[in-house]
Amino acid sequence: MGFLWTIVALVVALGLTWRFLGSYMEAVFDGRVRYLAWLEQPFYRLLGTGPDNEQSWRRYAGSAVVFSGAFLAFGYLLLRIQGHLPLNPQHLGAVPPALSFNTITSFVTNTNWQNYGGETTMSYFSQIGVLTVQQFVSAAVGIAVAIALVRGFSRRSSPTIGNFWVDMTRCLLYVLLPIAFLAGVVLVSQGAVQTLAGPARIHDPLNHVTQTIPRGPVGFMGAIMQLGTNGGGAFNADLAHPLENPTGLTNFLYIWLTLSIPVSLTYTFGKMVHSVRQGAALLTAMALIFGIWVGFTSYAEHQPNPAVAAAGVVHQPGGNMEGKEVRFGDTSSALFNVSMTQTSDGAVDSATDSYNPMGVFGTLTGMMLGEVTPGGVGSGLYTILIDAVIAVFIGGLMIGRTPEYLGKKIQAREVKLAGIGLLVMPITVLVLTAIAVSVHAGRVGPLNHGPHGFTEILYAMTSQGNNNGSAMAGLNGNTAFYNVVGAIDMLLGRFGVLIPAVALGGSLASKNVVPASLGTFRTDNAMFIGLVVGVIVVVGGLTFFPAVALGPIVEQLSHGRFF
Amino acid sequence: MARSTARPRPRAQPAPRGVAEARSLFDREILRQALVDAFKKLDPRVQVKNPVMFVVLVGTVVTFAESITHPGKFDWSITVWLFLTVLFANFAEAMAEGRGKAQADTLRRMRSEVEARRLRPDGTEERVAAADLVRGDLVCCEAGDLVPSDGEIVEGVASVDESAITGESAPVIRESGGDRSAVTGGTKVLSDRIVVRITAERGKTFLDRMIHLVEGANRQKTPNEIALTILLSVLTIIFIPVVVVLQPFGRYAGATVSVVILVSLMVCLIPTTIGALLSAIGIAGMDRLVQKNVLAMSGRAVEAAGDVQTLLLDKTGTITLGNRMAAGFLPVGGHTEQEVAGAAQLASLADETPEGRSIVVLAKERFNLRERDLGSGHVFVPFSATTRMSGLDVDHRRIRKGAADSVKRWVAQLGGRVPDELDAIVERVARAGSTPLVVAEEATILGVIELKDVVKQGIRERFDDMRSLGIRTVMITGDNPLTAAAIAEEAGVDDYLAEATPETKLALIKSEQEGGKLVAMTGDGTNDAPALAQADVGVAMNTGTTAAKEAGNMVDLDSNPTKLLEIVEVGKQLLITRGSLTTFSIANDIAKYFAIIPALFVATYPQLGALDVMRLHSPSSAVLSAVIFNALVIVALIPLALRGVRFRPSSSAAILRRNVLIYGVGGIVAPFVFIKLIDLLLVALHAY
Amino acid sequence: MIAHLRRSVVSILVFTAVFGFLYALAGTGVAQLLFRHQADGSLTSYGSTLIGQNWAGTPCPGHPLGSCVFHGRPDDTGPYAADLKARVAGGDNPLVANGVPGESGATDLGPRSKVLLEDTRALVAYWHRMGVHPTPDLVTTSGSGLDPDISVQDALVQVPMVSRATGIAPSRLRALVARERQGAELGFLGSPYIDVLRLNEALARLVAASGR
Repeated sequence: MGFLWTIVALVVALGLTWRFLGSYMEAVFDGRVRYLAWLEQPFYRLLGTGPDNEQSWRRYAGSAVVFSGAFLAFGYLLLRIQGHLPLNPQHLGAVPPALSFNTITSFVTNTNWQNYGGETTMSYFSQIGVLTVQQFVSAAVGIAVAIALVRGFSRRSSPTIGNFWVDMTRCLLYVLLPIAFLAGVVLVSQGAVQTLAGPARIHDPLNHVTQTIPRGPVGFMGAIMQLGTNGGGAFNADLAHPLENPTGLTNFLYIWLTLSIPVSLTYTFGKMVHSVRQGAALLTAMALIFGIWVGFTSYAEHQPNPAVAAAGVVHQPGGNMEGKEVRFGDTSSALFNVSMTQTSDGAVDSATDSYNPMGVFGTLTGMMLGEVTPGGVGSGLYTILIDAVIAVFIGGLMIGRTPEYLGKKIQAREVKLAGIGLLVMPITVLVLTAIAVSVHAGRVGPLNHGPHGFTEILYAMTSQGNNNGSAMAGLNGNTAFYNVVGAIDMLLGRFGVLIPAVALGGSLASKNVVPASLGTFRTDNAMFIGLVVGVIVVVGGLTFFPAVALGPIVEQLSHGRFF
Repeated sequence: MARSTARPRPRAQPAPRGVAEARSLFDREILRQALVDAFKKLDPRVQVKNPVMFVVLVGTVVTFAESITHPGKFDWSITVWLFLTVLFANFAEAMAEGRGKAQADTLRRMRSEVEARRLRPDGTEERVAAADLVRGDLVCCEAGDLVPSDGEIVEGVASVDESAITGESAPVIRESGGDRSAVTGGTKVLSDRIVVRITAERGKTFLDRMIHLVEGANRQKTPNEIALTILLSVLTIIFIPVVVVLQPFGRYAGATVSVVILVSLMVCLIPTTIGALLSAIGIAGMDRLVQKNVLAMSGRAVEAAGDVQTLLLDKTGTITLGNRMAAGFLPVGGHTEQEVAGAAQLASLADETPEGRSIVVLAKERFNLRERDLGSGHVFVPFSATTRMSGLDVDHRRIRKGAADSVKRWVAQLGGRVPDELDAIVERVARAGSTPLVVAEEATILGVIELKDVVKQGIRERFDDMRSLGIRTVMITGDNPLTAAAIAEEAGVDDYLAEATPETKLALIKSEQEGGKLVAMTGDGTNDAPALAQADVGVAMNTGTTAAKEAGNMVDLDSNPTKLLEIVEVGKQLLITRGSLTTFSIANDIAKYFAIIPALFVATYPQLGALDVMRLHSPSSAVLSAVIFNALVIVALIPLALRGVRFRPSSSAAILRRNVLIYGVGGIVAPFVFIKLIDLLLVALHAY
Repeated sequence: MIAHLRRSVVSILVFTAVFGFLYALAGTGVAQLLFRHQADGSLTSYGSTLIGQNWAGTPCPGHPLGSCVFHGRPDDTGPYAADLKARVAGGDNPLVANGVPGESGATDLGPRSKVLLEDTRALVAYWHRMGVHPTPDLVTTSGSGLDPDISVQDALVQVPMVSRATGIAPSRLRALVARERQGAELGFLGSPYIDVLRLNEALARLVAASGR
């Protein structure tokens, strides 16, 4: 019953957020929100650019790429000299090269895949000055690109699609910073730790246990970590850790935070193209898939754990509790993990590796759909728009007209760009998985044997290729092989979609608008929603069905077998 | 909303037996030639142009190599069927081209090697072969001569038999000056003598262009086709790694993965159905247009026709029956009907238009006025677009008839008075949907001639169809606004342009285009040329001037303005066929996975047998059934590709629903059924 | 390109300062001001109420080790017990490469893992030796390896064991458990739970009060 009410509360909270945050963001990116102008304007002067200097898609994409690359180099440097920097009460040394490369790449691409445990690898300086910064910035980059693509639809015959620096700054100042700060306060009030003092050591006279309690600037990092769909926690246990996610309320808050911007951006999209219905249609497609996935994943986790049952504890009313926290329970944990895998967030509040096979199937395939339901901040919207362009192309053909989306004709160039955006992720993920299962360095990674082990590798590559960051943590990723291969996976998965998205925005912006008529293919009704869902599921299904058949599906069908 | 199906749909006029007959799909000759061509097209250089089928060809070579190194019944069967898949694709394209070639041959036969009588600058004649004529040459044709090449009459008038091109056996009048000056190579002069200036480059006559178009060789891909090919390539590129990685995946699980099965899986996954039929669809689309006696200059024009949102239609001949008929004489200012009739008849004696003749006839019938003796010294004043009047000057009597404001202006210029009731009568006539012509003699207005227009039957329903497709119809007419309004109301057009001049027509097209719409129009005169060029789809009448034909991007050999509606339907049908078969092709993949994945891995993971929902006999029969289905479906859909998906004008939502249901849902379900059937057949024949 | 680089450098410096340090420092300041106890880690003199502890090693004179207190999840028990010699920290399975002392984490064993099967069997045997019919929570490890809570049922099945070791009547123990029960947030967010540290603190007071 409690789970049902949780869903209801989440739907209501998101409904309100969709409307109000969505319209707030539209105002922010239109430049109508100015209460921090005293910070904003001087910064533009410092940069030498401003809202009046619009960019073509090439300059926009170029800015994003150069900026990300420079930040990547800077962050790498800081991680490598960590031992010499202040704010290091744990006295940690430099982060090894391959791990640094993987980590900084991961945070710059909004993935937050972590081949390390925070308590023993990252000083407070690194958590604050490298990782948290990226959690803000990578989110802003994603959102900026999404807005640029939407401008492709809302503008006509325009050679420019906005200014990357301005979009990013506005996002950081007016959207991410205020909400994260408020959320941080709430999280701390519930018990998330936020201090710069080092670990505490306490001796318990009751049982003579001496504990080292890790601490740090965790609560506020958690806030932006989730708001920006990053997902990289300060601790190894991520959001299962009680000092980062102390109560069922904070668990719910994290879920809501993660979903808030991706969901609201559909409203922003609708508002920018002067038809909220258009955004609502995309949201409905997202919600349908998300809802179904939450449904069967929760159901799967409510089933008993086979190993535990075989060991003698057959009656498991609380579902599969291996790897789960008591204060959350089985179904809320499933809801959490599905939310995180479908928003490219990747945080976990329970151990994915210990999920029942259909539970793993749910989290894994959620990512394989391309992170569009609702997807990451910005990246979810620009990726689902790519899917929608394909759906419109085929649908438009079926009614006998040159396909058009919101009045913009979808021609060879648009199909090419959308096609590239569509094919980069599956190819990258599958090829890198194939390499990993073929070479010795890859094969020693998994913890579990048999199909579950294969799934661990597949999951890792899928997660990084979709910039998700969640892991079946049994896989030992902290090796040179997985660090480097993973970094490549993340870079391709991020920029291989981001750049075509910006290019698509530029191509659409330069077109004129064909007025709608009775003969136009409608993009705001049930048929369109069905076609978009169809494209997402069919393309995702067709590309990953064989791989998934060899992983969670075969495991699910293996009754009575243990590996 | 469901459309009532009880409404009788007006059938399009049966196409006159035109130059390109609709051939039966199973014409023996074409089938035989297509089979031969199918093999010829196996040349890799040809295959490379079609990325999807090229991949299949490569796959065939791979399985062939496997079959040789590890011979086995299964491997050989797969190789054969993969080869057949490529062959069937070639066959589809060859069928489409073959039909086109048949039409081209018919045309070529018409273009017999004629001798032309070329006029030298000094006026003497020389005989040269028609093929040697160049642009600008002057040739002379007399009764019994065949016109050697496309040209423009510069001197004389003749009656011409154009049945070779249009199928119409009734001869037409062609004369120099005016709008009927163009002649086409291959037509026959029946009477009199004309001098023709050749306007076509050698080898580039309309006939040549038609042959070229219809043959489909070196056909340029149209924009939409290019976009679709890109999408198909993207899908192919995605599926190659999907299949290739199954080798290492399988090895990790401890399975040996057969290369042949992997190739089979890949061929089944990539969109071979639409890949095989795409070019055939395009060619067949063009051919359907030729069957309707429309010559399109390019495939782009045909696609643009499907996108058109505004149709500009001439009233006369399209919306109304070509000829207005005189219906009555209405006197003003105390004059009698007979006076009006008499003057009207005089003013119309030289008028060779049907309207003029009907005035003469009506005057004769009503008042027995005939054999008017004009005496000498009479001058006929012909109609001109600028004065909008015509008439007769005789015995110092200047009689004029024409548009009300023109005649009023003329009378005023002569110092005459306009009777009060004239405007009322003119308006009354116009409101009734007729055209009023005012008759005046010298400075006196005598009365009004009422010309009635007759709206074609069934035209209103056709406009409703267009509207449901989202196409706006605009009627163009030289009539005054009141008349135009009445006829527009009766015919059911969305809008009209009255008192249209070439300039206003052009302005209308431009303003529609600025609003982002695509415009189609028909035209025939030289003054239509700018508008035809500006329009996105400009259909020139074959009876029109060469300038018009050059300016437009389509030529209607039947010179039937209603043809525009059919052209739009063909354009849409082309896109719908492409889209539906693409959806079908992709939807098919789902069932194929359920057939092949268990087959690949069931030896290592018997549990995966649960995925074998079709309960196929064995892994080999499952894979073979899928491959056979994949190949046969191409052949099965060739007729659909060539004929086009059935297209009935209705709302886009209804069309979409129908097609998604049939080709989307049907595409998912059909393979499950047929693969199972083929599997059963294979088991029965022990052929796996 | 140069313009992009220049702007990148400026942004990097400004963003690191503002969204890194300023954000964290301001956040820490506000957190310490408003919610000091939570911000510092919810510490008591017995440890953090949010961090689970190992109770299985509690000395109970005259009774088996750990039988006089309520246990939490077996994060640091049985096969997952801390073993400094082997450099295994509690809450981590040694097979996990991350088996580094001081790190949080789960076993990450799959539901069809033979290792999990054996480890769970070992835990079941342990509980039977202690005279408890274990609930699923008591034989499964948590996601964090530091789960501080158990459910009401988990506590109730341990009542016979604790009662024998402390001498306190089962009914009083059951009442104690009921008192320590905390409901889900707002009634429905998450699941009801009992903080084991708090439960054992209350138990200690109960034992002291009954004069033992």
